[in-house]
Amino acid sequence: MYNRITQLFERQRSSILSIFFTAGFPELNSTARIIYALEQNGVDLIEVGIPYSDPLADGPVIQETSTVALRNGMTIDTLFHQLDELSSEVHVPLILMGYLNPVLQYGMERFCQRAAKCGVSGVILPDLPLDEYEGLYRQHFEGNNLKFIFLVTPATSTDRIRRIDSISSGFIYAVSSSSTTGKEDGFSSSQVEYLERLKSMRLRNPLMVGFGIHSPETLRHAFTHVHGAIIGSAYLKCLQNNPDVAEATRTFFERLGYAGIRKSIS
Amino acid sequence: MTSYQPNARGYYGSFGGAYIPEMLHRNIEELQANYLKIINSEAFQKEFASLLADYVGRPTPLFLARNLSEKYKARIYLKREDLCHTGAHKLNNVVGQVLLAQRLGKRHIIAETGAGQHGVATATVCALMGLRCTVFMGAKDIQRQQPNVLRMKMLGADVIAANSGSQTLKDATNEAIRYWINHPDETHYVIGSTIGPHPYPDMVARFQSVISYEIREQLLAKEGCESPNYVIACVGGGSNAAGAFYHFLSDSRVKLIGAEAAGEGIETGKTAATLTIGSEGIIHGCRTLLMQTPDGQIEEAHSVSAGLDYPGVGPLHAFLCRSQRARYYPITDAEALNAAFELSRTEGIIPALESAHALALLPKIGFEPDDIVVVNLSGRGDKDLETYRGHFLREFTCL
Ligand SMILES: Cc1ncc(COP(=O)(O)O)c(C=O)c1O
Repeated sequence: MYNRITQLFERQRSSILSIFFTAGFPELNSTARIIYALEQNGVDLIEVGIPYSDPLADGPVIQETSTVALRNGMTIDTLFHQLDELSSEVHVPLILMGYLNPVLQYGMERFCQRAAKCGVSGVILPDLPLDEYEGLYRQHFEGNNLKFIFLVTPATSTDRIRRIDSISSGFIYAVSSSSTTGKEDGFSSSQVEYLERLKSMRLRNPLMVGFGIHSPETLRHAFTHVHGAIIGSAYLKCLQNNPDVAEATRTFFERLGYAGIRKSIS
Repeated sequence: MTSYQPNARGYYGSFGGAYIPEMLHRNIEELQANYLKIINSEAFQKEFASLLADYVGRPTPLFLARNLSEKYKARIYLKREDLCHTGAHKLNNVVGQVLLAQRLGKRHIIAETGAGQHGVATATVCALMGLRCTVFMGAKDIQRQQPNVLRMKMLGADVIAANSGSQTLKDATNEAIRYWINHPDETHYVIGSTIGPHPYPDMVARFQSVISYEIREQLLAKEGCESPNYVIACVGGGSNAAGAFYHFLSDSRVKLIGAEAAGEGIETGKTAATLTIGSEGIIHGCRTLLMQTPDGQIEEAHSVSAGLDYPGVGPLHAFLCRSQRARYYPITDAEALNAAFELSRTEGIIPALESAHALALLPKIGFEPDDIVVVNLSGRGDKDLETYRGHFLREFTCL
């Protein structure tokens, strides 16, 4: 079945850029503006973050934007309504990313149906255990043509990576280091080794690396080793500093030297 | 017969499990694979028992409270966990977990703390064992539990303020988990209650089960029977209650009663009575009952007692509550404060505010005259003197 994520990776095998943002930040109704701005700047994939009160795997930037988003009144239902409005105009694949509890309260099956209806192509729920996905929920994702994306980290064993690869669809989210989101340490040799190890495993799924990508150097690194990169906190920081979404987004991509990096690699 | 042990994946019925991001998978898997092997080994058992005896000060007394017994017309015993070194049951678990962490080669111990009792216990054992210790504590709790902050610092621990969210136990737990994600190799996270991803709830319950083990032996000596009619304990995350219930879980003659913090009242929105008003969901890595909005956002808890100020509860208690093996009642701030003063004046024991919630159930149950009742006095009240003073200024000035 036609899925935009599958299509993307069929079309393009390198320098794929995915941007994460927290829905409801800086304002409740920023969602559409952010998605348009990202698409205009040539982003290949967009991860729409569902804000959560207790984001365990996130550093300060995503914690803060989530708090603001919740204060602004963002809910899963509101987000779906916002996405309904834009689905025919947006072509970049959308992925919903969030923590399990709000989705459970919404109802997993209902969530999947509703996500598919407003044009979402994939879902990431970092705290949903593999076993539960397989045993209870996989059918809802597959039945609604949604890719389910799992994370791997430098500490994930080879066997587990194989298992994750066998039940993932879309791509695999390679967390760059053992950390929460938003670290700005740069790429170490052990991280390079880890990405090369992943690449050499010849997995079924493409690899996107995320966590800590924030600068031209880190982006270039990511693009040289795997299929693409995911940026979250660094982009949100720009929105924190400049609430004019279009302008902040433009500045962000200029500073990132995105156009140049992409050209030089392809 | 119902099993009160979790299954291999850490579920008590439908509660429990391990809902963690991949970043913590290796650490949790390492614990899951090793905890039973390690704690059941003879060498571990020997060292644990010896530290419990000579360092913690076990067995703690089982004290027949004659004045309370007369007042409430039953034989009321107090299990004196307040007499443990550092002043609460928390040390039992910390000794166990630190011994385990050493065997896993960890050199740095982190912990969350609410009332500061678990933080102090962790700082204490780390000082004894020569391990680095970092304690995360909500900024609000740092204010209301100053004496324990000073104790932790004196013991050589770093105390880090959690400034996010409600600035209480939930947020301290978030910060500890985040730190663990960022430092997984050298660090062991000593969770202070029967909460968190499997195997923590079971592991902590096992380390605290010494409480009910002793109660049985002590009752046999004092009353000629092992089983009381009632065991009563307060429930925050549920560790002292789990320890006090543990060896009685399959003994249906024993009524198990938990007191949870109603805060200002279960209808006021300022409460921590999770088992009374909570619903099913995920908090801090386990499926349990918690206080949440209809959208699945975790709500802030409210209780005068920092150790019970938590919007979730351990999965064992969620299971015992749903299966009605145990009953849980909400106790308001005011009821707990009154009970703390009552115990101080009738038995000469100043209880922790947490434990006072359990004591506040005594007038509510309606005992038969021969009933043997054990109240788990989980901690002593020194840390709460500021709160007691604030609420009962008049009584203090007339002393
Ligand atoms: C004295 C005392 N009792 C009870 C508790 C509540 O914890 P739990 O429910 O795990 O026993 C605390 C927590 O700080 C405490 O200090």
